[in-house]
Amino acid sequence: MKYLKLFSSLALTLAVFYVLNTKLGSIPPIGKFLNPYTGIWQNDTPENISGQLALNGFTAPVTIHYDDLLIPHIFAQNDSDLYRAQGYVTAKHRLWQLEFQTYAAAGRLSEIVGEGAITYDRQQRRLGMVYGAEQALEKMKDDEETLSYLKAYSDGVNAYINSLESGQYPVEYKLLDYNPEPWTIKKTALLLMYMTKTLASREHDLEYTNALRIFGEETFNKLYPEFFDIVDPVIPKETDWSFIKAAQTARPLSELPLDTIAETLPKPNANNGSNNWAISGEKSATGNPMLANDPHLTLNLPSIWYVMQLSTPQHSAMGATLPGALGIISGFNKHIAWGETNATRDLLDWYKIEFKDKERKQYKYGDGWRNTTFRVEEIKVKHGETVKDTVIYTHHGPVVYDHNFKDDNPLSDYAMKWIGLEGGNNQRTFLALNRGKNYDDYLNAIKPYVAPAQNFVFASNEGDIALWIQGKFPNKWEGQGKFLMDGSNPDHDWPEFIPQEFNAHTKNPERGFVSSANQHPVDQQYPFYVFNDGYDTYRSRVINDFFRSKDKFSVEDLKGLQNNTFNLKASELLPYIFQTMDTSTLTEEERSIYNEIKSWDFYSDIDKVAPSIWSVWWPKIYAKVWDEFDQEDVALDPPFVYQTIYMLTKNPNDEFMDIKATPETENAQDLFLITFKEAVQDLLKWKSDNGEYNYQKFKGTYVGHLLQGLPAFSRFELPIGGDGNTVNAMSKNHGPSWRMVVELSNPPVAYGIYPGGQSGNPGSKYYDNFIDDWAIGNYHKLNFLQSEEANEGIIATQTIKPSTNE
Amino acid sequence: MNRNSINFLSTFLLALSFSFFLPWWSVMVAALITAAFVPLKKAAVFFVPFFAILIFWIGYSFILGNANDFVLAKKIANLLPLGGSHYALLLVTGVIGGLAAGVAAILGKQLKSLA
Repeated sequence: MKYLKLFSSLALTLAVFYVLNTKLGSIPPIGKFLNPYTGIWQNDTPENISGQLALNGFTAPVTIHYDDLLIPHIFAQNDSDLYRAQGYVTAKHRLWQLEFQTYAAAGRLSEIVGEGAITYDRQQRRLGMVYGAEQALEKMKDDEETLSYLKAYSDGVNAYINSLESGQYPVEYKLLDYNPEPWTIKKTALLLMYMTKTLASREHDLEYTNALRIFGEETFNKLYPEFFDIVDPVIPKETDWSFIKAAQTARPLSELPLDTIAETLPKPNANNGSNNWAISGEKSATGNPMLANDPHLTLNLPSIWYVMQLSTPQHSAMGATLPGALGIISGFNKHIAWGETNATRDLLDWYKIEFKDKERKQYKYGDGWRNTTFRVEEIKVKHGETVKDTVIYTHHGPVVYDHNFKDDNPLSDYAMKWIGLEGGNNQRTFLALNRGKNYDDYLNAIKPYVAPAQNFVFASNEGDIALWIQGKFPNKWEGQGKFLMDGSNPDHDWPEFIPQEFNAHTKNPERGFVSSANQHPVDQQYPFYVFNDGYDTYRSRVINDFFRSKDKFSVEDLKGLQNNTFNLKASELLPYIFQTMDTSTLTEEERSIYNEIKSWDFYSDIDKVAPSIWSVWWPKIYAKVWDEFDQEDVALDPPFVYQTIYMLTKNPNDEFMDIKATPETENAQDLFLITFKEAVQDLLKWKSDNGEYNYQKFKGTYVGHLLQGLPAFSRFELPIGGDGNTVNAMSKNHGPSWRMVVELSNPPVAYGIYPGGQSGNPGSKYYDNFIDDWAIGNYHKLNFLQSEEANEGIIATQTIKPSTNE
Repeated sequence: MNRNSINFLSTFLLALSFSFFLPWWSVMVAALITAAFVPLKKAAVFFVPFFAILIFWIGYSFILGNANDFVLAKKIANLLPLGGSHYALLLVTGVIGGLAAGVAAILGKQLKSLA
């Protein structure tokens, strides 16, 4: 009896211990998680941002002033200490995000979340994300200065990690029950790859190949034109290209393989893009040049951006940093300001590979065979067996699709050629911009930049404005890379890169402004092939028309433009619908909703109902026009929105307007009516479930936590209008991730805000404190300190002293 | 002082001192040791250490969270889910700690009666 009692109480104790100490499904190990001395209560504490600390590695004291937005203003005595401190401070406020993003980049999420992430991890590996980071690292290692700063940053991050007891780990580690690992310089390269994938890996080559095969060349060219009549390119049309002393590569005589594939990899968000512009002193209300930038990305908490001021006695820059990368990415210093928008062209292409035999050790190239190399990717899985995946590399790049991955056809293996695997020292560009003083410094800074290609906008207090489309671009032949290519034909290889000095650019154009919004870089006069399948056709025109609309612009005008919700897309289709759609069969309910959208002024504002109606109606029209593309077992992407609206309004009786599933032959007007009636049903259903469909409620804008959007750590139903095609490019969860407006007075005055907060800790009041102001279009005036002396905006100061006990 | 109070205090103080260098399960160690040296009877075996740790954990958690307006506790109380109430989270925290201590105390008492 005694022993029975003993053993049952022992069993009970062990059971309780096990349950409270183990992560069960999505429930964290609850005893570990909730206890007050190592659990989450330790994260429910105010920011600790004052006092002195001694850290190894620093050579001189560093002062960190925090302002009331929790923006750190770092003052170091030399560059090495500066980047060490940047690493330390970034880790202090964003450690979990810093690490999580590089796990995601490297295809290592399975290590944290288990087998659910294996497919994602495999995709990352097969795209060569780690290989690409290794290539970039090789290039960065050639530059001793950059390398030394990367190491300093890495040491700074590690100094912070090593200072932590497990109770001080960010709350996400406790939720998922794992610990941070040491930071390395490779992780910075991985973070840059993460951005390259986000911004420069969207393409439709295999889908286009399918479309070409199914519809034929003539129809294909009708559906997917490379230029549109309304293109208002980044580099002004009137630019003189006579300085370019090179020609486009001649198109070889050869056949393209018209293969088919059923399923392709998921693509980055189509709306990944940005706006930027600069206006000259003549166009500025104050006479000082002004510059603005707002990158559009999926909105997460913690935000992708972290604002800092980074100073040494030689230079001082402020603006948005990317946790994991060094320096200011989009910002300004005393002399210049800079910002980026995505300038991708089609820089990811596919080659059909013909292996010699099942061994896959050789593939056909020219008249002979070339050797492959094998790279074994090991994906560790939490509570599971390690997954091994062999990726075969050719001289083009990795064979992403093969019999092991998304491909059931044993004959078709597709290798990827991607600029992201080229390697490049992009970090140097940003470090040099931070120190830049004038146009020449800017130009030298961006020259070596490889990918993701960016429209680097520039303005200086000397009065220059400029915009270079910078990246490495192969000098492609007409049509090269639009479709699957023949990997055995040397003529299909990427040609030499376009010499950097022939990249499209504009400096101090006569019109007094430069701007970019991911539209076509140039018009057809530029002598090189610039095809891409995702150029903007709406924001760019609104922006350029705005700057042509009057003579002078103020800071307030620039802020207003960033927050502009004019829906040019809707305004180019709806009036035509109102004119031509037969409304005689509308019921009373339908007519009342029709009148709501008919009275719309085309601003997608939160208090209106018309933008809600449009956001239901338009996708239905689009899907009905391209019902021919809804085919099983073939990967296809329907044509662009601009071309769709062009055809609806110019060729309403085109054969594509017909709905294949019905015996009748429909035209555009029929589609309008059918889809409107469907949209009304959706809206009425929504209304009976949720109440009035005003746009704020209907759109339901949210900023989701980086970990699968955990609702408790996210923000919902934010009061912000716009959609993916307005200048304020805010769709449901994707939009202006950082807004900045800089006036280059002396000293410069800058305004910035982003949808998040400086602290990555959901338990901090600085976690999401910018969101409300951001949503309604307010800005923070950035406290750009002119000296190490704190001003009235500073709420706390921390100093780092070099540690003496080495 | 009666045995119940001695056990209560001992569990509390041991748990407090262990917390500086041992993980969360130190409350189980504290309760087990105390139960072995200060054995109680019947329901008190479980409930005295249960309340000692419940009060320790709720008290400490309250002090931490209160200084930060329970910003995180309210979010965790949405995550778990406890309707966003930080009071509910405090209670759950206390009950979890108390439960762990209580069962460990039962084991401690059995070990003692073996000796």
